[in-house]
Amino acid sequence: MKEVTLEVNGKKVTKQIQDHTLLSTFVRDQLNLTGTHIGCDTSQCGACVVHVDGKSVKSCTLLVADIDGSKVTTIEGLSQNGELHPMQAAFKKHHGLQCGYCTPGMIMSSVDLLQNKKNPSDEEIREWLEGNICRCTGYQNIVAAVKEAAKNS
Amino acid sequence: MKAFNYHSASSVKEATKLASSNSAYLSGGMTMIPSMKMRLANYKDVIDVKKIKDLHGIKVTSKSVVIGAATKHADVANSKEVQKAIPSLSSLASRIGDAQVRNRGTLGGSIANNDPTACYPSACLALNAIIHTSDRKIEAEKFFKGMFETALKKGELITAVEFQIPEKSHYFKFPNPASRYAMVGVYVAKHKSGVHVAITGAQSVVYREKNMEKALNDNFSASALNGISIDTSELNSDIHASAEYRASLILSSAKKAVEHCK
Ligand SMILES: Cc1cc2nc3c(=O)[nH]c(=O)nc-3n(C[C@H](O)[C@H](O)[C@H](O)COP(=O)(O)OP(=O)(O)OC[C@H]3O[C@@H](n4cnc5c(N)ncnc54)[C@H](O)[C@@H]3O)c2cc1C
Repeated sequence: MKEVTLEVNGKKVTKQIQDHTLLSTFVRDQLNLTGTHIGCDTSQCGACVVHVDGKSVKSCTLLVADIDGSKVTTIEGLSQNGELHPMQAAFKKHHGLQCGYCTPGMIMSSVDLLQNKKNPSDEEIREWLEGNICRCTGYQNIVAAVKEAAKNS
Repeated sequence: MKAFNYHSASSVKEATKLASSNSAYLSGGMTMIPSMKMRLANYKDVIDVKKIKDLHGIKVTSKSVVIGAATKHADVANSKEVQKAIPSLSSLASRIGDAQVRNRGTLGGSIANNDPTACYPSACLALNAIIHTSDRKIEAEKFFKGMFETALKKGELITAVEFQIPEKSHYFKFPNPASRYAMVGVYVAKHKSGVHVAITGAQSVVYREKNMEKALNDNFSASALNGISIDTSELNSDIHASAEYRASLILSSAKKAVEHCK
């Protein structure tokens, strides 16, 4: 067991963890932040993407012990004062989802894309979302949503 | 995943001292953590090497580019210095897996793992790399031994990789559309001393295609590769591609690599 302190969605948390605790299970089981989804659990599908120190990562392939002291943002940390983040609003407007399972990861990845590139092309959006797999609605509306969010932010 | 003890080493000395017959170094974890989850591997001690300062950084001289083992793919991809000195190398890094894999995966982890379809091993062979470890320097030619097998001894830690700057080069990858690993990847580099053609994804381990090198040494153009026959007996044949298809990919990818060399 280890004690770690992280800043999660702006709040300091100190918890006991096992050395092999993964960030995906930590946020879901110990912090009850179940917006982060576990899909493939083998770092392929991207449903578990969160930000660590501002960068998008797959939380199912990350030890909490490894990131002691870091800042973590999950999907729950995006909206401010009850207002959806521009990326969330754009996904809602363009219906960039069907079942919604991949959506938290899609959104967290897309937010990171706009941090790296302000006005990405369709091709750059598709390329960046390579690690986020949607198996029901297709990517058309997702790309449209990211473009809209880029325009609005 | 089975339980283990996590250690974070702050120096090369500390890391090698912690190493035992039942331990492994952890870098980006992009291969090691899934392997432990699938019970393909398990260890008593996991030694994180990412916080070791000596394993970070990119140094460019007139002859070589030296990259610390714990440098992430994203950092190599975005490095202005690497883009200028060996554009094919930063471009290779920018196309590994996806953005999140590049935000965690590292050079040292990639070559220590020596996946037969990984990209960096081909860069090492094409760019005459020297692998710096906690104990010695190993030429790339002698480093990649077989499938997932390297010249590293138990507890030996990769600290950096030194790539020789070529006159021109290009890495052409035909990616598996799901994982982005190379179904076939061909790295062509023209050095003063001769042309290197390194091929990944095609056999059980990365290798140099000497027939192509000979043809390109005589005439450095894509047409010099016309009519070169590729022996299929050693080529991988799997659900992704037959050996014959891979042979065809090797030739077409090699031509594209030569055409795009800069
Ligand atoms: C979805 C996905 C797609 C990918 N696509 C590609 C691709 O297109 N091309 C490609 O080349 N790769 C690809 N990869 C591999 C990835 O880029 C990583 O490079 C690779 O997983 C290993 O790097 P790591 O830093 O994560 O190492 P780890 O997983 O931490 O370690 C891997 C192995 O190396 C050992 N090791 C780590 N560091 C050292 C060191 N300094 N010295 C000695 N031993 C060490 C570890 O003990 C372990 O055995 C992909 C991975 C995923 C998950």
